Amino acid sequence: MKHLLISFLLFTAYSLAQDVQLKVPYERHVLPNGLNVILHQDKTTPTISINMWYHVGSGYEKPGRTGFAHLFEHLMFEGSGNVPEGKFDEWLEAAGGDNNGSTNTDRTNYWENVPSNALELALFLDSDRLGYLLDAMSPEKVDGQRDVVKNERRQSYENRPYGLAWETISKNLYPEGHPHSWTTIGSMDDLSAASYEDVVEFFKKYYVPNNASLSIAGDIEIDQTIELVEKWFREIPKGEPLPPINPAAAKLSEDKILLLEDKVQLPRLYMVWITPPQFHPGDAEMDLLANILTGGKNSRLYNRLVYELQIAQDVNAFQSSAKLSSEFYIIATARSGHTLDELKAVIQEEIDKLKMSPPTERELQRAVNQYEAGFLSRLENIGGFGGKADLLNSYFYYTGNPDYFNEDLARYKAVDVEDIRAMAQTYLVDDGRVILSIVPQGKPELAVSRKGDK
Amino acid sequence: MKTIQSVIKISYMYCKILITASTLIGFLLVSSNAFAQHPDRSKLPELPLPSPLNLPEVQKFELSNGLKVFLMEKHDVPLVQMNLIIKAGIVNDPGDKSGLASLTLDMMDEGAGDKDALQLADAIDFLGARISTNAGYHASRISLFTPYSKLNDALKLFAEIALHPTFPEKELARLKKERLTTLMQWHDEPNAIASVMFNKVLYGDDHPYGRPSLGNENSIKELSIDDLKKFHSGYFKPNNAYLIVVGSVKQSEVKQKLEKEFSKWKRAEVKQAKLTNARQVTDRVIYLVDKPGAAQSVISIGRIGVKRLTDDYNSIIVMNTILGGSFSSRLNQNLREQHGYTYGARSSFAFRDEAGPFSAGASVQTDVTDKALVEFFNELNAIRLPISAEELGKAKNYVALGYPENFQTISRIAIQLEEMLQYSLPENYFNNYMNDVLSVNAEQVHAAADKYIQPVQVAIIIVGDRQKIEQGVKDLNLGELKFYTIEDVLGKVPELTAE
Repeated sequence: MKHLLISFLLFTAYSLAQDVQLKVPYERHVLPNGLNVILHQDKTTPTISINMWYHVGSGYEKPGRTGFAHLFEHLMFEGSGNVPEGKFDEWLEAAGGDNNGSTNTDRTNYWENVPSNALELALFLDSDRLGYLLDAMSPEKVDGQRDVVKNERRQSYENRPYGLAWETISKNLYPEGHPHSWTTIGSMDDLSAASYEDVVEFFKKYYVPNNASLSIAGDIEIDQTIELVEKWFREIPKGEPLPPINPAAAKLSEDKILLLEDKVQLPRLYMVWITPPQFHPGDAEMDLLANILTGGKNSRLYNRLVYELQIAQDVNAFQSSAKLSSEFYIIATARSGHTLDELKAVIQEEIDKLKMSPPTERELQRAVNQYEAGFLSRLENIGGFGGKADLLNSYFYYTGNPDYFNEDLARYKAVDVEDIRAMAQTYLVDDGRVILSIVPQGKPELAVSRKGDK
Repeated sequence: MKTIQSVIKISYMYCKILITASTLIGFLLVSSNAFAQHPDRSKLPELPLPSPLNLPEVQKFELSNGLKVFLMEKHDVPLVQMNLIIKAGIVNDPGDKSGLASLTLDMMDEGAGDKDALQLADAIDFLGARISTNAGYHASRISLFTPYSKLNDALKLFAEIALHPTFPEKELARLKKERLTTLMQWHDEPNAIASVMFNKVLYGDDHPYGRPSLGNENSIKELSIDDLKKFHSGYFKPNNAYLIVVGSVKQSEVKQKLEKEFSKWKRAEVKQAKLTNARQVTDRVIYLVDKPGAAQSVISIGRIGVKRLTDDYNSIIVMNTILGGSFSSRLNQNLREQHGYTYGARSSFAFRDEAGPFSAGASVQTDVTDKALVEFFNELNAIRLPISAEELGKAKNYVALGYPENFQTISRIAIQLEEMLQYSLPENYFNNYMNDVLSVNAEQVHAAADKYIQPVQVAIIIVGDRQKIEQGVKDLNLGELKFYTIEDVLGKVPELTAE
């Protein structure tokens, strides 16, 4: 047993099953240029994850440039002032490392998972693209990644059954101009329009140390790591301060009933509501509500639609949480011979039941217990998406406290059955949601019917 | 996202330290002037020697009924993973009962002991545990992931599912319907269509590697409770199984718990299946499956590869890393970074008891399907030429030095152990692995490419919009061009009678 501190804290605490105390000890430093640095030691394996969050995502894009934050993410791997094109990946791989990045509405994250001896190599590469990306940027590079991203859009959305649901939902759920009213992948037209000049402007504005946080977890010595971070990042100048985007809270006050036809065998129903932002009151409740509706065979919707009635192939509910506002989804695919009206009737019935009377204590506890176990498994990985380095950055961005693990879990444990009912009443309204049907081509009769159509 | 996070099951093994590329050798000196205004960016930071991966030993013991248990203790997070491996799987499906192994495993948590499907699911979920069942080609797995604090209760359920599944008729009817609907949905999925066609072309319907493991419409409809019970009672024996345990539990403690749950499990003779030999691809044919309106063409090029137990395993791994096994591999650099034809191109060898497929593939935008094929073949030919020391060093380091990543979580460690046990790899295999990979030389990589990459003897599967791509593909003169509809590949959309 090598990393005694964490093991001790976790193990002793969890042996009292109902009183988990999660602790991820960290040190935080702020460089003079505003870069936040979060360090966490975990010597389970001789590996380190370097995780950088830039506090900019698709929600910050200008009109006519949807998809730009993500296109920009791709350009961050294409070399910088002291790193020739292609070498970012080659050098990391030659050291046994892997890397990736992702973009959502709120932020763009990047990670390198490396053997612990390659820490400085990763810091060199990550600091070089923050300090000197534009020295190596060119219109040709923008064109190259534009093609790649367009193919990402084709692969993940256009050539995938039901793949165009997401942009239809975003556009209809939010008012025009709201940062969530377009998708992170963006439109083909906007991707075509993105220019080299846009890259320069975006980089100078958002890719500055004071708009970023660097989290390093794994087999590190804290003091030595701070010195290395100072060495490579300190010289990068601070940018202009960035005020947070602050649109009016979105509210949908009508049902939008929408229909798309696609090359699919079976119709699929999407019901979507606007819900409280990540870590705000109601957010954890909606997570638990999703589990009560579709988590496992005994959950209400799965049990009725898939297990008992067998009129659906699948049903999933989830709260998709973000900084400005979240969305609650219920998605169900009808079996052959069944319509989306049949599915919707059952879903509505079950939502109404939850508004009338709260779930049972056991239903709620079952959901909370699953979350509790999930929190433990999050402590296993240091790197990649959702590893500890990424979570420390995430908690820091959303709550200001990198080690928010315990507080996060506490949100779930504090919920009672009446809270679930209250949230269902408040947010799963009958007159403010998007109801999208995606049906096989030429079969609009399988879709959810509009009021009065029947 | 920069690249898709796919579950790439490349079979690296554990390795001790050693490093060859000279640029990576050296010692890091944190000098007192680390705060100097500007660091020297003109050369790469020097890297110290990598740290060894100090894995706890694999503890072995047997229960009183002979069930072999392999334990790796890992105490940093209070979780336990158990994988019960049964040495029977999809290859044990009789020819007319394809889908049997996978349906049997799917049914195991649909009722066990005195609990019905709903009671069982409720009990597992309430613990916050996860129990999953899965049939592989040569082995089946029942796995448990549980907080240590719930181990006793979770273990009871795990053992009930493994040893005493009840196979209720009602649940079988439900799962059949679900499965037939899945087959129906494959008609929408270009990747599913390509994969079914690829396996069928390489191995044929008579070989289990050539058939969809879920079964087909007829076989699924025909499978009976009796078939499932026979599969279970025929293969689920302690002498045909082993148990892997990883996590925060001590041998003395877990042994006693396991004895309690598993010792009544009786030994019995088990008959193993024999595989027919598959015929290697000997010419180059293009199988174009029409998917009208497709925004991309899914391309899959390949032939039969090689068994897991082959002397040149490490050379193949290194060779494939260069060809299409990492982001900076040749296929991805060419098709994605240089040409922008795709979001990602890759290649892989499926290592199994018998020779699994080698495949190279990508989803490419429709209007460059022919150009993409040209680049695929450029790379398949080029990998057979001598490889530079730098490229070789990069690939070896990537495989060897990245290896410790596989040992962070208990579920991934269990998978590593599973491979070690399934192929009876020697006890020192893990410890030697890194040296073995780093000692692969250019000649061996060249030999592996020469032997396994045969660009004129491959099947080429393309799922895309025939009208838009046919002419371009034809003009390449790669070989005979055959046309298929989705129904030719998957059969008619299964009939499901709504009740």
